Amino acid sequence: MEHPPTAELAVQTVCYLRYIVLLPLLGVAFNLVLAPRCGRRMVNLVSPGVVLIAFCLSFAALLQLPDGGALVDRVYSWLHSGALQVDVALRVDPLSAAMIAIVTGVGFLIHVYSVGYMAEEPDAARYFAYLNLFTAAMLLLVLGDNLLLLFVGWEGVGLCSYLLIGFWYTDPEKADAGKKAFIVNRIGDAGFLLGVFVLFWGLAAHDVWTLSFGTIAAHAGLLPTGVVTLVCLLFFVAATGKSAQIPLYVWLPDAMAGPTPVSALIHAATMVTAGIYLIARMHFLYALSPSALAVVAVVGAATALFAATIALVQTDIKKVLAYSTVSQLGYMFLGLGVGAYAAAVFHVMTHAFFKALLFLGAGSVIHGMHEEQDVRRMGGLRRAMPTTYGTFAVGCLAITGFPLLSGFFSKDLILEHVFAGGFGPLWLVGSLGAGLTALYMFRLLFLTFWGETRAAPEVAGRIHESPRVMTVPLVVLAVLSVVGGYFTLPDLLAPLYGHAHPHVPLLVKYLPTLLALGGIGTAYWLYVRQPAAAERLGRRFAGVHRLLLNKYYVDEAYDAVVVRPLMAAAEWLWRVWDTRVIDGLVNGTARVVQAGGLFLRFWQTGNVQAYALSLSLGAIVLFAYYLGRVLGVAPW
Amino acid sequence: MVSAIVLLPLLGGLVLLALDPRDPALVRRAALGTTLLTFVVSLGLLLEFDAAAADFQFVEHYAWIPDFGVAYHVGVDGISLFLVLLTTLLSPLVVLSTWSSVTERVKAYLVCFLVLETGMIGAFVAVDLFLFYVFWEVMLIPMYFLIGVWGGARRIYAALKFLLYTLAGSLLMLVAILYLAALHDAQFGRPSFDLLHLAALDVPAHVQGWLFAAFGLSFAIKVPLFPFHTWLPDAHVEAPTGGSVILAAVLLKMGTYGFLRFALPLFPDAALAAAPLVMTLSVIGIVYGALVAMVQPDLKKLVAYSSVSHLGFVMLGVFAFNTQGTQGALYQMLGHGLSTGALFLLVGVVYERRHTRLIGEYGGLWKRMPVFATVFLVTLLSSIGLPGLNGFVGEFLILLGAFAANRWAGGAALAGVVLGAVYMLRMYQRVMFGPLTNPANAALPDLSRREVTIFAPLVGLMLLMGVYPQPFLSRMAPSVEATLTRVHAVGRTAGHETMALRGPAIPSEPAAAESLASDLRASRSERVNQPTDERAAPGDRNEQ
Repeated sequence: MEHPPTAELAVQTVCYLRYIVLLPLLGVAFNLVLAPRCGRRMVNLVSPGVVLIAFCLSFAALLQLPDGGALVDRVYSWLHSGALQVDVALRVDPLSAAMIAIVTGVGFLIHVYSVGYMAEEPDAARYFAYLNLFTAAMLLLVLGDNLLLLFVGWEGVGLCSYLLIGFWYTDPEKADAGKKAFIVNRIGDAGFLLGVFVLFWGLAAHDVWTLSFGTIAAHAGLLPTGVVTLVCLLFFVAATGKSAQIPLYVWLPDAMAGPTPVSALIHAATMVTAGIYLIARMHFLYALSPSALAVVAVVGAATALFAATIALVQTDIKKVLAYSTVSQLGYMFLGLGVGAYAAAVFHVMTHAFFKALLFLGAGSVIHGMHEEQDVRRMGGLRRAMPTTYGTFAVGCLAITGFPLLSGFFSKDLILEHVFAGGFGPLWLVGSLGAGLTALYMFRLLFLTFWGETRAAPEVAGRIHESPRVMTVPLVVLAVLSVVGGYFTLPDLLAPLYGHAHPHVPLLVKYLPTLLALGGIGTAYWLYVRQPAAAERLGRRFAGVHRLLLNKYYVDEAYDAVVVRPLMAAAEWLWRVWDTRVIDGLVNGTARVVQAGGLFLRFWQTGNVQAYALSLSLGAIVLFAYYLGRVLGVAPW
Repeated sequence: MVSAIVLLPLLGGLVLLALDPRDPALVRRAALGTTLLTFVVSLGLLLEFDAAAADFQFVEHYAWIPDFGVAYHVGVDGISLFLVLLTTLLSPLVVLSTWSSVTERVKAYLVCFLVLETGMIGAFVAVDLFLFYVFWEVMLIPMYFLIGVWGGARRIYAALKFLLYTLAGSLLMLVAILYLAALHDAQFGRPSFDLLHLAALDVPAHVQGWLFAAFGLSFAIKVPLFPFHTWLPDAHVEAPTGGSVILAAVLLKMGTYGFLRFALPLFPDAALAAAPLVMTLSVIGIVYGALVAMVQPDLKKLVAYSSVSHLGFVMLGVFAFNTQGTQGALYQMLGHGLSTGALFLLVGVVYERRHTRLIGEYGGLWKRMPVFATVFLVTLLSSIGLPGLNGFVGEFLILLGAFAANRWAGGAALAGVVLGAVYMLRMYQRVMFGPLTNPANAALPDLSRREVTIFAPLVGLMLLMGVYPQPFLSRMAPSVEATLTRVHAVGRTAGHETMALRGPAIPSEPAAAESLASDLRASRSERVNQPTDERAAPGDRNEQ
């Protein structure tokens, strides 16, 4: 695939892109400073309002985007040191145009939904401050015209994720989950920084001193392949952190501790796709390193399958969706890895629609069932919550890749690219995952909404459908999940990635769909027709079941291999090495000096006769010394 | 103007002596007025500072002991400008914090503090080494008393350790300074302690090693560079809040400032030769400090060890010997001053309320003190280098520079970035989050208006320096470049050129080192009033 370097495209300077980022920041300021005085109604109005205006501006940018070109907004010089020059400059090209439209569009819907979801929350202003801050950071991430500005957004969304996961901070478990998310992401961030260093000095060796994407793209060819591969792998490490891939995915399931709209916005629709955005943004570099791409593809496929198996047995409605997200992100990386950047970004979009829908649906269920999250105590909800049920079902069909719904177009496009690219085994893994996706999603749907209720009687009587402010976003997202596949995002992205229509045999084209339909059928049989069969299956393969239920014991392994040894080492360094050895030496030196002083004090008696005696003795010794030398009889 | 800034606190201290100690309110207001006035006057430096000049500005030069070549020679350049401002800014804030943190012998405390401020500012502006040494020692005594009199339970041990450790180092420095003056006498026929004169000395390579070691040890103890750091946790834990703040925010910077101002320009060969050793110790300090901070049960000790880690970054930048590293180090010195100064003030806030610094005593404080928790969060994020706040700019530039100088050191230091988040967030969670279980915390009041006044400028600067660092960086740049030019010009003649520039990013590309060198030459040529004449053909090397 030949890509035209971004630098050569038509670039138009505009000055309103900054407001796309600034507006949500104004929302933050409002929520932190003015909200206590203005009251809840203003919070509910301003917080989604600023995002709506940002959405309109994003849409304007999308319309104004010159054909195959870009819009640029240079704001100010940020950081100049020697030859390094980094400016605050924002750029809209087809990729970022698509991303800001998703972020502000889905973001707005989730802000609106939050108004209903957090209606009883006394600390809602703080919640909306975080949510607005997140939106600003995410927009900066996709609009930043250089790697460092992208990194500002990258860390910013991480911070908001930390704050929002631990929003209900009085629960230590939730606070723990937030901390874990931040720290695991920091490991990825170290990879990002290292990648920046290697890339910067690699280009500097050729007298190119920049971190801006256009210039990097124009000069990427100067770098030796080894360096390109190293940089790509380091950025991929960062991506595995933010986008929850093996081996750094462990934070995302725990992140479900946050309020459910947060899970929808940050941990499904937008932030977790930042890693995909990063690679799609740096595609010109990855295109130069087939080996790095292969790693991306393999890790993506492995994660897609791995997470899908865990999702099969989870009983927490949000945990199922979390592992599903990890798995779907795996598909996106699989797409990136085979060079199908447009298809991957396409899936980012459709996934944003249907996964936001599913999470908000789950939130509606949790809300309606008074904070119940365990599917074993749900069932039969379709009667009490018809809108939630209907939209949730649409979401399930979309993610499954049911023909003509959005997931069908994007996921199949990825898999077709995988096959056409000659990655047969990965295609098989991906298709298998598609079957599993259908199985776990419809298991969730049936357990939650079908059959008879398993809720405690005092809860069962009070189950209610959510208010309009929550169901309207559900309906909008459901519509988007249906028609999203017809926004031909790959065409929009063609100036960046070129046109590519993989041609594959009919069986290859429809096998994932067939497997998905098989998955739905299996779920129906296991969880509706023969519920006892599912239990028998679980008992028959008790070992496997336990392994999956415990998520392959990965958390436990990390704890034993990384966390505890590190803490033990730190403890030892402090108590033994620092206190006894280093400080022991310091104090030892002091004691030696003190002892020396005591020894000298012995001679410092103050007794004049003693001084006179030693003086005379010294004089005699000196006299003898010189006498010896003068006479020449001494050996010295 | 510089002399006024140096002497105002001392004069204020004298005035304070005349006041009635039984009226602490008056004494406090007088001290606050003095420090505020000093700050306002020091703002004049910022206004009139010529950002394009590399040399000392606002120079004042009077003969002091002409027979020995000692002069009262002070001035400010891009390296010292913001350090002076940091000192004058923090001083009124610290005085304001004593409203509640110091209740006994208020007058004596504030007099000590004002003398200390004079010592610190003097040390930053002194161009004469003898004068520098005098100010260096002037700082020591009031700090000794601040720890020893107003400190915690083990204050005598900590104060003595601080005093003896620092003194041991500074005596070696004194010998080296005297040697330099004598050498000037030998080479130019008259003794001189003036930095600008001494820089012209031809110091034989083997002597440079010893002199650098003497200066270096003195500064390394002050920084503190691993393994000379053990005085720091003791001093911090025992010192009163104000002492800790000044110790961390300003006094530690004396060490790194000393390297930049004196040890590097005076002994470039030795400094270049020592770079691998110092960088190694810095990286060890970064990781070690972070690991030990992780398991501290005491808030102040945690912050103290985090300082060891952060100052390791600064040293790494200084010894990277390139623009990004040095500028980053300087920026980080300011950034650490703000964030760690604020952290100690924050610890002081809860200590005054609860009289304990043990993390385990707290938990769930956000519920009771949301404003406090928010300020703490911003400070913590600045400390761990979150982009958008000041810490990131310094840390990024340091690591970028260090990576070019030595990719292993630069890469290994990244572990500190990860571990920094670990120890800070662990601590924050244990103090702020979770249920409020300890009944002693149930009635804690949030920040008072006075306390908000203390933190507002600090938080504001953290944001400003993160979002818009350019005004700071551009004022530092000429002096930083001049220092580097000098180090490299001399170092190159001595055949050390590969030392500092070793390890280009890509091992297979020897061109990287050369092009980095050419970058230094190019950026040098961009400046107009460069004192040295070595200029390469000007050319815009930036691909924009």
